[in-house]
Amino acid sequence: MSNASTHTLDHADDHHDHKPTSFLNRWLFTTNHKDIGTLYLILALVMFFVGGAMAMIIRAELFMPGLQLVEPDFFNQMTTMHALIMVFGAVMPAWVGFANWMIPMMIGAPDMALPRLNNWSFWILPFAFTMLASTLFMDSGGPAAGWTLYPPLSLQGGQSFAFVVFAIHMMGISSIMGSINVIATILNMRAPGMTLLRMPLFVWTWLITAFLLIAVMPVLAGAVTMLLTDHFFATSFFNAAGGGDPVMFQHIFWFFGHPEVYILILPAFGVVSEIIPTFARKPLFGYSAMVYATASIAFLSFIVWAHHMFTVGMPLTGELFFMYATMLIAIPTGVKVFNWVSTMWRGAMTFETPMLFAIGFVVLFTIGGLSGLMLALASVDLQYHDTYFVVAHFHYVLVPGAIFALMAGTYYWLPKWTGHMYSEKWGKIHFWISAISVNILFFPQHYLGLAGMPRRIPDYSTQFADFNMISSIGGFIFGASQLIFLGVIIHCVYKSREKASGRVWDGAKGLEWTLSSPPPYHSFNTPPVIDSTTVAHAEGAH
Amino acid sequence: MKKQNTFIVAAAVTAAVIAAFWLLLAAPGYTGNEINMTRGVTTQSAINYQLHMIVLWICVVIGVIVFSAMFFSIVLHRKSRNHEAAQFSHSTKAEIIWTVIPILILVVIAVPATKALVNMEVAPETEMTVKITGFQWRWKYHYVEDDIQFISSLDAVSNAARRLSSGTDPLSVDNYLLEVDHPLVLPANTKIKFLLTADDVIHSWWVPALGWKRDAIPGFINEAWTEIMEPGTYRGQCAELCGKDHGFMPIVLNVLPRAEYEQWVQQQQNRMVDERSEVERLWSREELMELGEDVYAAQCAACHQSDGMGLAPAFPSLAGSAVANGPVNEHIDVVLNGRAGTAMQAWGNMLSEADIAAALTYTRNAFGNESGDVVQPQTIYRIKNG
Repeated sequence: MSNASTHTLDHADDHHDHKPTSFLNRWLFTTNHKDIGTLYLILALVMFFVGGAMAMIIRAELFMPGLQLVEPDFFNQMTTMHALIMVFGAVMPAWVGFANWMIPMMIGAPDMALPRLNNWSFWILPFAFTMLASTLFMDSGGPAAGWTLYPPLSLQGGQSFAFVVFAIHMMGISSIMGSINVIATILNMRAPGMTLLRMPLFVWTWLITAFLLIAVMPVLAGAVTMLLTDHFFATSFFNAAGGGDPVMFQHIFWFFGHPEVYILILPAFGVVSEIIPTFARKPLFGYSAMVYATASIAFLSFIVWAHHMFTVGMPLTGELFFMYATMLIAIPTGVKVFNWVSTMWRGAMTFETPMLFAIGFVVLFTIGGLSGLMLALASVDLQYHDTYFVVAHFHYVLVPGAIFALMAGTYYWLPKWTGHMYSEKWGKIHFWISAISVNILFFPQHYLGLAGMPRRIPDYSTQFADFNMISSIGGFIFGASQLIFLGVIIHCVYKSREKASGRVWDGAKGLEWTLSSPPPYHSFNTPPVIDSTTVAHAEGAH
Repeated sequence: MKKQNTFIVAAAVTAAVIAAFWLLLAAPGYTGNEINMTRGVTTQSAINYQLHMIVLWICVVIGVIVFSAMFFSIVLHRKSRNHEAAQFSHSTKAEIIWTVIPILILVVIAVPATKALVNMEVAPETEMTVKITGFQWRWKYHYVEDDIQFISSLDAVSNAARRLSSGTDPLSVDNYLLEVDHPLVLPANTKIKFLLTADDVIHSWWVPALGWKRDAIPGFINEAWTEIMEPGTYRGQCAELCGKDHGFMPIVLNVLPRAEYEQWVQQQQNRMVDERSEVERLWSREELMELGEDVYAAQCAACHQSDGMGLAPAFPSLAGSAVANGPVNEHIDVVLNGRAGTAMQAWGNMLSEADIAAALTYTRNAFGNESGDVVQPQTIYRIKNG
């Protein structure tokens, strides 16, 4: 500990050196992990509001039965683009931003292993999303077949479909390069003494996520390329009339798609596993079990894909296999939830904003997990499938799941990143309004689905009117409350006068807290000394 | 004193968590809205309802236990109460317990889930077969043994009311969006096999009261079965995104007692005979225009719009169009066989010869088109049958 502290002091004196001064050099040509992390986070925040605006259009049209605002085809473009932008534009880049900022600081490295690749993997993305969004202004409109792009429907789109496919290719290339960088950094750049089982859980979850990304993004690229040639070059991969198979696309898509949803949520597990011990002032319970549970979830994610397809007419044995495999996921996920509760158990908890979001995550993600167990049962899924029950399920795991974890992480590390404290009062207001409104928004959707409302419809029978209106009201409040989040961030970066200490939170453990706030431009120029007092999690917890 | 305090907090937290679950899962039902899965009218739907309730209750109990422990800890183990943080960080015994217990719970769930699935998928000997074909955006039903077939589309009242800013209040429309022109009529207490396929994109045929949905996929024939216990009217809709009017292709089942069903079959067969004689006779221009206006409103207006102006760019205008004013045989070909690569479907096997002839006559003489052509049903019949 003492070695690390003196090291930190040295850095505090010269931390403004080497920083490029011109705007272009600093941001366009940057190879610095913190600057690139910031760029990723800004992009993600912008996309979060763009995708959120589309969600507001969807909820506004669904506020009452009857079509009041948009034509059905535009509604379908909104549901499709909302999903593509939130998944590929908001949540994934946000996690890469966190990885960029935190992984070098957490493992005692000066920067990412491949800084130029890092620059490239970011700067592809603004072009990819510009191209994707531009389809909305083209004659044939944006993609309207759902983010799953099932043929033959997706092949009915016009010329703009080529832009969608190319945008997805670029996002995939960016993700693969980012993942290579994460893996290379974690496996090669750890400070001496930072053994794999001493790494913070956030680093572990990202290491596993990066392998998932490398495994499945090429699969998605292959699937959309076949759509492209079916559409423009008269191939028949998925066209039954030409000897192709439309169901094959679904198998390929979900072989990507199911690991993809764990790509969105595993880093969230990591962040929450950092925050809860800090504010419980107690080591993470069952560190090794958490690592193995994460790896198990990642493995299982490759053998459950067809649970998205129970209605396509698979043989009974196939359905049984995918049902049992899916049910198994409950076990490692349960271990995680039990370990978080055990970490809180008999701690000395305080409830600053990051902890509030982390607790909100555990409760609401668990609700989404439990409805996931219900959906796993193939027989009754023939009722749930493609209804608002499914919409409620995946929004529970993605919004108060992945997004709450992103917000928890933002509040947790924002003082470290900026050197200023954010407004605790407004952070808490943001949490409470978000946590209440997100339930008003999504819980009634369970009822709608069970009562028989299909998803992806712009208008509905009058029996569904009440809960749609309640859900929309919750949606508008939730959407508006995110402006508070934006305000808190802007205030913290530009206006806050309250200086943050290096440690920031008195219960915080781990290497990033041994650095000053804000940290030096190159995190660790000389490797820190790692011993049982500087690692984030208790030794011997294996 | 300390013990008592702990007990009170634990009881209060558990009560609060149970109250929260009641508030979420039961209280909204008192608004008079349906909030739960239907029990339905088949053995499959009843089994699925039971399975749903079993797993729901298991989830509620797990939720109550986990959240109670968590909130108990949140109330008591906080710094503001001067609680000292313990420093334990693992317990192999605890880890084993909360791995093994969930496995046991999963086994308990897997047994009824497996039985339900086997019952769903292994069809018994069936007595009749209905082939269901999904089109954008209507269903075609074909009674294989009795050779009755017809198209079922959203009814005209809902169809008018659902237009953007139609000015009609959906609450004033009976069964808004869940009414069709020709319901699927089925006999009660009869084992029925369904064969499902689609003509254009993937659809999914779902009536919640039957307890399942099944995708209708072009190039595939999926199977499902049912035996409906009670006569009545049951409603559902397409459950797989199938394009712009996905929300507007409902399903209505009219389930009749066996004897009434037999009568209905007889009527339909007579109707089909009448239709055949209608094809043979010569129709007047007025008759065709009148029928054509109805057919156009029900089948064509969704894309080409009621004023014939279409919706650029996907759905071309018919007013003054080269096809509607050009050679009549090319126009007939487009309507019968569709146009590949566009949303224009092949109507040849979906509508009767009279309907197609009337729609063609109408579109060639409406919206300012003045071809003056009259297309006779027998012309369509001859072209269709070579």
